[in-house]
Amino acid sequence: MGRLILNRSILGILTLIAASALIFIGTEILPGDLASAILQNQATPENLAKLRLDLGLDKPALLRYAEWLFGAVRGDFGRSLANGRDVMELIAPRFGNTMFLAAYAAIVAVPLAVGLGLAAAIRQGGVFDRTVNLLTLMTISVPEYFLAYLLIKYVAVELGWFPSLANVSSDTSFLDRLYYAFLPMLTLVLVIVAHMMRMTRASVLAVMASPYIEMAILKGLTKARIVMRHALPNALAPIISVVALNLAYLIVGVVVVESVFVYPGLGQLMVDEVSKHDVPVVQACGLIFAATFILLNMVADILSILSNPRLRQPR
Amino acid sequence: MTVVAADAPIVLDVQAMRVAVRTDHGDGPVLVDDVSLQLRRGEVIGLIGESGAGKSTIGLASMGYTRRNCFIVGGKVLLGGAGDLRAMTPDQRRALRGLKISYIAQSAAASFNPAMTLMDQVCEAPVRHGVMDTATARAAAVQLFRELDLPHPETIGGRYPHQVSGGQLQRVMAAMAMIGRPEVIVFDEPTTALDVTTQVECLASFRRLVREHGSAALYITHDLAVVAQIADRIMVLRRGKMVEFGDARQILQEPREDYTRRLVSERIAGHTFVAKPEGTAPLLAVKGVTAHYAGRPNVIDDVSLEIQAGDTVAVVGESGSGKSTLARVVTGLLPRAAGDVRFNGASLAPRLKDRSLDQLRRIQMIYQMPDVALNPQQTLLDVIGRPVAFYFKRSRAEVRVRVLELLRQMDLPEHFIDRKTSELSGGQKQRVSIARALAAEPDLIICDEVTSALDQLVGEEILRLLKRLQDELGIGYMFITHDLGTVKRIANKVVVMLRGKMVAGGDTASVFAPPYHPYTELLLSSVPEMRPDWLDEALARRAARIVA
Amino acid sequence: MRLFGHKLSIPAAIGIAVIVVNLLMAVFAPLIAPFDQTTVLGDAWADADAQHWLGLDNLGRDILSRLIYGARMSIGLALVITTLSFFIGIVTGFAAAVAGGWVDQALSRFVDLLLSMPTLIFAFVILSVLGSGLPVLIVTIAVLDSTKVFRLARSVAVGLVSLEFVEAARLRGEGWWWIITREILPNAIPPLTAEFGLRFCFTFLFIAALSFLGLGVQPPAADWGSMVKDYRDMINFGSAAPIYPAAAIAMLTIGVNFVVDWMLSIHSRGQGEGA
Repeated sequence: MGRLILNRSILGILTLIAASALIFIGTEILPGDLASAILQNQATPENLAKLRLDLGLDKPALLRYAEWLFGAVRGDFGRSLANGRDVMELIAPRFGNTMFLAAYAAIVAVPLAVGLGLAAAIRQGGVFDRTVNLLTLMTISVPEYFLAYLLIKYVAVELGWFPSLANVSSDTSFLDRLYYAFLPMLTLVLVIVAHMMRMTRASVLAVMASPYIEMAILKGLTKARIVMRHALPNALAPIISVVALNLAYLIVGVVVVESVFVYPGLGQLMVDEVSKHDVPVVQACGLIFAATFILLNMVADILSILSNPRLRQPR
Repeated sequence: MTVVAADAPIVLDVQAMRVAVRTDHGDGPVLVDDVSLQLRRGEVIGLIGESGAGKSTIGLASMGYTRRNCFIVGGKVLLGGAGDLRAMTPDQRRALRGLKISYIAQSAAASFNPAMTLMDQVCEAPVRHGVMDTATARAAAVQLFRELDLPHPETIGGRYPHQVSGGQLQRVMAAMAMIGRPEVIVFDEPTTALDVTTQVECLASFRRLVREHGSAALYITHDLAVVAQIADRIMVLRRGKMVEFGDARQILQEPREDYTRRLVSERIAGHTFVAKPEGTAPLLAVKGVTAHYAGRPNVIDDVSLEIQAGDTVAVVGESGSGKSTLARVVTGLLPRAAGDVRFNGASLAPRLKDRSLDQLRRIQMIYQMPDVALNPQQTLLDVIGRPVAFYFKRSRAEVRVRVLELLRQMDLPEHFIDRKTSELSGGQKQRVSIARALAAEPDLIICDEVTSALDQLVGEEILRLLKRLQDELGIGYMFITHDLGTVKRIANKVVVMLRGKMVAGGDTASVFAPPYHPYTELLLSSVPEMRPDWLDEALARRAARIVA
Repeated sequence: MRLFGHKLSIPAAIGIAVIVVNLLMAVFAPLIAPFDQTTVLGDAWADADAQHWLGLDNLGRDILSRLIYGARMSIGLALVITTLSFFIGIVTGFAAAVAGGWVDQALSRFVDLLLSMPTLIFAFVILSVLGSGLPVLIVTIAVLDSTKVFRLARSVAVGLVSLEFVEAARLRGEGWWWIITREILPNAIPPLTAEFGLRFCFTFLFIAALSFLGLGVQPPAADWGSMVKDYRDMINFGSAAPIYPAAAIAMLTIGVNFVVDWMLSIHSRGQGEGA
């Protein structure tokens, strides 16, 4: 089992390196080169040449990739093309804000979703199950900004309970942050609870349909015992994957929600810099998002290896 | 067989039970229709029938349990002194299950929770019902493991389900059912998933346990020979209705109903050898063939056999013997690593894609599972007509004529020609598979377990059809099977395989007569016969051989 | 009402109605819409009245007409992308399943790699360099989305290839073309149909999200995502303007999901107790 975990960790690191290469190649697939793409209409031979030199485009691509990657490992992503500031300085506080929002949403959403999923699975086919099923199906279908604007219109504007803009800054206190980020958090929670709850329900139902659950019923065990002792330990691995998958989804969902609430996070920064063709910042943000995503998936796989009795107890 | 006193108390009384399917969209079919039985203490009643007979549904309903969308809609289920299960609250029913009545399922591997040790699962029912403390339950479990001849009875309980073999797991499940000292045990096809040699041991363990503990049992199976060994009385079921119910010897020896008579007689009928005259050049000659999947050890090792035109050569073995792999090598799906396969005198290329269309045409195959052997989206015309069009380049009209001819030959109605294969029954699908093989006008047909997915009577009809076609057309059959009963009746030559090697081969009469190869003898002695004394004799023979 | 030989559930019937209405709106927009989508008809943010049921927008254009025209761009674009993504995904997925060996390995590992990153993030990287032209959007999203189609198509085909009727065709000496088009494809259609609905929802929402972020469909064409973006500031003045296009997006995806959910439920039935 230790071997499996080691293998999975190595695979995770290899995936991360490959992903970094992909992000780098993504900016190399142009018909011309990066400099002319950035300057577009304002390109003159002089400023093109200068930008090429700034970007290091005179060096071979492989060397530039190696320099970029080693810089990234040391936390050096170069300078922004838009304002010349150090990329790391731009990113660091915003990354903290994004993680705060994601963690805030996750802490509320995960227990809620797993609990609701279990409850729906146990009452399969009942009124509670059907209602929750229909509501979550609708929630996962709608875009985040639809929920966000509904919340803003009714909770922020009409009731005035929470602010509609979440402009926190470095000197906002923790409690204030919780208050300002409440509506963005709630939007994210609504979306991922629906996803997570449905997938939890499906995993538990798959386990509940197995012959050993029928055997447990025929042994005269109580429903509580069947669920806690027979269904849950076997549903754990799929539930963990579900949670990790949705936390990874959260990383993406956060981009849109940040934009709606003008929350100063990494996602909003990335969106702004994409339209400015600020490639170094976009690459850095992309790498950070990708790394978080890959890391979460790796942790999920390792946890499900740990919770599999067949792997924990070899033949 | 024990004699159950006629005045022994009744422990399970099923009265006019009806079980039906009911969904949101309305009432479905009736699965069990007006079935009654009284089970006395110490008695074993065998429930026998083909698929769809409702026998498992009766077993589960006797515990007051039905699967999703099924409901007990009529009758009573009286369990011991506890009263009618149907009239009880769910909690009252729950208190009886696992304690007064318990269940042994067909697939032990699926019926154990993979995340709990065997000991925890065996002890769970009595401990949770509060009739034993953990220490007592564990001691009782170890005692049962010992009685069931499980290896390392003291420590095997600490293992997880995936760490023990299928036959052992099945016996652990018996311990799990017995530990609460139930008055009634429901055995639901408990040996069907096992190899024949393992089946004998499990069957013997179950019978001893039931007798020693004086439990009553419902024993559900599709195999009359199995139920003959263990049941005092037998109920024959068909499509949810009782056909015949009586003393085991009476059912086996003097069946009253026509359906029972057919079930019983089909098994006894065979034993007529069809010796074919030795031809000149063999149709197929397999010489010293060895094969393996990429990077794995050999699955078959140095196997040789010959098939003449008109021969039926049976390849027999248990799961993992390599018999299906041999078929894959002959057809070229798995290239051989060494040896030669000659067909009509010429060596066949190891790979399928290097063989000529004519070679492909002359060797056809029929599969075990008719459901997946035919494309469910195609009509019979598509399926059977394709080889005609593909190999013989016939026009559409000619293809249709030929398909109709083949349907007649298979005893299938001509108007089936435009039906999709998914609309047919299992036996009909297997006839279509045969028609597809015949459409290529082959010299050799490889039959891979062609009857084992079919009900007994349907399987018999397929065998009879194959036999008739051979007499008419002189085709050679390579007949892969685990069922020695079939082999004895239809094959004139036989090859016995064990873990990829040939252990015996030759004329069926000589292979299946003394002096036997020890493994052949073990296989032969493991095939249940319909005589109720067979199990005792088989066990005695085994004991004698171990002593010798 | 019945479809594919099964009784429609109530949500599925609602879903089909929603889809039909949306498609009609997209096809016949010029006939249905009361005004042109780009003509300025009055003051910015004029209130709703008998003529302009939802009022006028930031440039004084009729919001209802823009919503109706928006269906064309939003639905049309998503359909084009989903179709392209399916074409790529099915061709490569089937090829991987049927060819097996190194072809399968290479394609599968490459797809794993693309899937190891959030689609939105990778799309950002590409768009930061190439800009948000329609062809760039279509190709980028279709290629990224086809990875998911590849996975499903491959696993469906691998399941079918191992079945004996495919083996029987190989033993007969049939070529790959016959096996893929006659043996595999007809049996792969039911699971792929449900997936088409899901992928459509995904690309439709994805395009809308990009437009909302200002990185998708560029003005002056009306599409629902951009309309949410253009009207967003009005929310703070108590107007529901951004909610109309967002609701249009939500309605369609809910409708499609209702139908997909019903299709998937036809195939799955579990077990349980009912004494």
